[in-house]
Amino acid sequence: MAALITFQDVCKYYHMGDSTVTAADHISFEIGTGEFTAIVGSSGSGKSTCMNIIGCLDVPTQGTYLLNGQDVGQMNKNQLAEIRNEMLGFIFQQYNLLPKLNLLENVEVPLMYAGVPRGERRERARAALEQVGLEDKWRHKPMELSGGQQQRVSIARALVGKPSVILADEPTGALDSRTGREVLSVLQDLHSAGHTVVLITHDNSIAVQAQRIIRLEDGRVVYDGPADARSAVVTPMAADERGGGSA
Amino acid sequence: MKITESLSLALKNIVSSKVRTLLTMLGIIIGVAAVIVIVGLGSGLEHYIADSFSSMGTNTLTVSVQSRGATRTMEVEDMYAIVAAHPGELELCSPTVSMMSGVKIGTETTSTSASGVSEDYNRIYSCTISRGRGLQYSDIATRAKVCVVGAYVNQAYFGGNALGQTLRVGGQALTVVGVLSQREDSMSEGGSDDCLYLPYSTAARLGGSRVSSYVVTMTDEDRIDQSKAALERSLTEFFGSDDYFTIITMSELVDTMTGMINILVGVLAGIAAISLVVGGIGIMNIMLVSVTERTREIGVRKSLGAKERTIMEQFVIEAAVTSALGGLIGIGLGYFLSAAATVAVARLLGEALTVAPTPFAVLMAFGISAGIGVLFGYLPAKKAARLNPIDALHYD
Repeated sequence: MAALITFQDVCKYYHMGDSTVTAADHISFEIGTGEFTAIVGSSGSGKSTCMNIIGCLDVPTQGTYLLNGQDVGQMNKNQLAEIRNEMLGFIFQQYNLLPKLNLLENVEVPLMYAGVPRGERRERARAALEQVGLEDKWRHKPMELSGGQQQRVSIARALVGKPSVILADEPTGALDSRTGREVLSVLQDLHSAGHTVVLITHDNSIAVQAQRIIRLEDGRVVYDGPADARSAVVTPMAADERGGGSA
Repeated sequence: MKITESLSLALKNIVSSKVRTLLTMLGIIIGVAAVIVIVGLGSGLEHYIADSFSSMGTNTLTVSVQSRGATRTMEVEDMYAIVAAHPGELELCSPTVSMMSGVKIGTETTSTSASGVSEDYNRIYSCTISRGRGLQYSDIATRAKVCVVGAYVNQAYFGGNALGQTLRVGGQALTVVGVLSQREDSMSEGGSDDCLYLPYSTAARLGGSRVSSYVVTMTDEDRIDQSKAALERSLTEFFGSDDYFTIITMSELVDTMTGMINILVGVLAGIAAISLVVGGIGIMNIMLVSVTERTREIGVRKSLGAKERTIMEQFVIEAAVTSALGGLIGIGLGYFLSAAATVAVARLLGEALTVAPTPFAVLMAFGISAGIGVLFGYLPAKKAARLNPIDALHYD
C-alpha cells in the first residue's frame, strides 16, 4: 500500500538578507495510514518547516512531497486551500479558536469552507463536540472554557471534516501536565480509532506517547524508528544539550 | 461558502463591536442624510414654485412690448384685435400694469401687490368675487377710481369690511367695490391673497405710462408652442420685426426657475457627497486596522481551508454591510431632518414648503453608500486575502 505522506529529499531554504538558511536539508520519510508519528526536535531543527509543508501551508523549495499520492509542490494557493480543507485537521498550541463564535460555530468552520449545507454541518459539528465530551457546552464562547477544554474543541474542529491526517503542533505546550496528558490520551484514542496522527513537539516525554518518532536536527533526520527504543530519545551527538527532555 | 453566510458573518462582526461600527459609519450617515435633505429641499422648492405659478395660471402667455424705436405704437385695442384673430389658439387678453408705488390703507403702507387689469382678469387668474362686484368694462372705459382687493387685504387691513372703504394707490384714492374669495389655504402677507386689482386705464394714467405688458390665455394648455407661434407671427407682422416684443410662457418661467434651483441643489448635494467619500475613507481606515487585529483569525481560517477569494469576500462584504447600514441609518436621519425642516420653515417663514425626500435621491444615496463600502473595502480585503498563512498564524 502506498504511504499517505511521502517526503522525498525535501529541502527548504529561506533567504535572510544576504545569507541563506537551510531549514530542511534532504528530508525523506514515509508515513502510512493509521500511524501515530511524532516529529521531534529542538527549535531550529526544522520541525516547524516540516509541519508547514505537511500541513500544506508551505511548499518545498526542492524535492517532492506527496500527500495521498498528490504532488503538493505543484499546486497553486487555491488547490492548497482545498487540500488543507479536505485532508488535514490542525491542532495548534494556542488552540486558535475564533473568539467571537460559539463552540458549535467554531467546529463548523471547516465544513463551511467545504460547502457543506447548514443542516448537515450542524449535525456533524454536534457529533464532533460529543466525541470530545463538550456537546452540552456548545453555546459557550471559547474564552469561557479552560485551556484543556479549548484544546478539545480544537480537536473536534480538526476531526469534523474527516481529514486523512491530524496534524498537532505542540498540542500540550500551553497546558499543565495533567490536562496535557488528557489531550494526549484523546490523540491516542483517535489513533486507536484508525486516524493518522502527526504530532510535532520539542518535548521527548510527549513524543514517546507516539508509536513512531522522527527526530530532526539542523534540518536533517537523525532518528526514525519506534518510540520505545532508547535511541529514540537520546541521540549521541545532542544528548547533553537536551537537559530535562529525556524520559 | 455562500454569500448569505458571509453576510451573517459580517453582521456578527458588526454587532460584536457596536460603538466602533457606529463611529465608522458616521461619515456615511451624515453624508447620506445631508444629500437626502438637500435634494428634498430642492424638490420642495420646485413644488412650491410650481404651485405659486399655477395659481397664476399655467395656460397664460405674457407679452411685453418695447415700442421704443418701432415704427408703430401698439394700443390696447391692437392687441385685442390680434388675440381675436386667433380664436383657435388664444382666448382672453388683459393688459397688466404693475404699480410700483405702494398701497396705503389708512396710515399704513402695505406690501400688497397692485396691478391694473381688464374686466377679464377674474377669468384669467381664476378668481371669484365673494362680496361686491368685479371690475367691469365701464370701469375701464371711464377710468373709474375703484378696485377689488384680495381676501387677505380685506381681512388684515379692514377687519373683513373692506367693501365701500377707501385706500390709496400712488396717491390716488380708490373705492373698494369688490372682495375676492380666498385662494390659498393659509393666507399670508405677500401671498396671492395679498393683492389688489384696479382698471388698467386708471393704473396707466396713475403711472403715466403706456400699457406695455399683456397676459393672454390659451384655449388649450397642451398646445403652448402652437399658440405662442401664432401670437408671435401676428405681432411680427404688426411691428414688421420681432425686435419689439417678447413672449414668455408661464411654463418657460417655471422651467427657468426650476433649472436654477436644480443647479443650486446639484452643487449643494455634490458638496454633501464629499462627506460620503470621507466616510468611505473612514471605513477603509477601520478595515485596515481590523485586518491587522484579525491577522491570526485570517491565518486560522486559511489553515482550515479558506481560499483567498473567500477571505476577500468576507472583508468586502463586511465593509459593504457597514457602509450600507450607515446608508440606511442616514436615510432614516434624512427623513427625520426633512420633517423637522418642513416644520421649521412653516414656523419661521410662514411658508408651506414641504421638504420631501425623493425616492430617487434615497435610492441613489443608498446605492452610493453600499458602493463606497465595496470600493474602500477592496484594499483592506486584498491585504487580508494576501496574508501568508504561516506568518498570520504566528502573529501576536
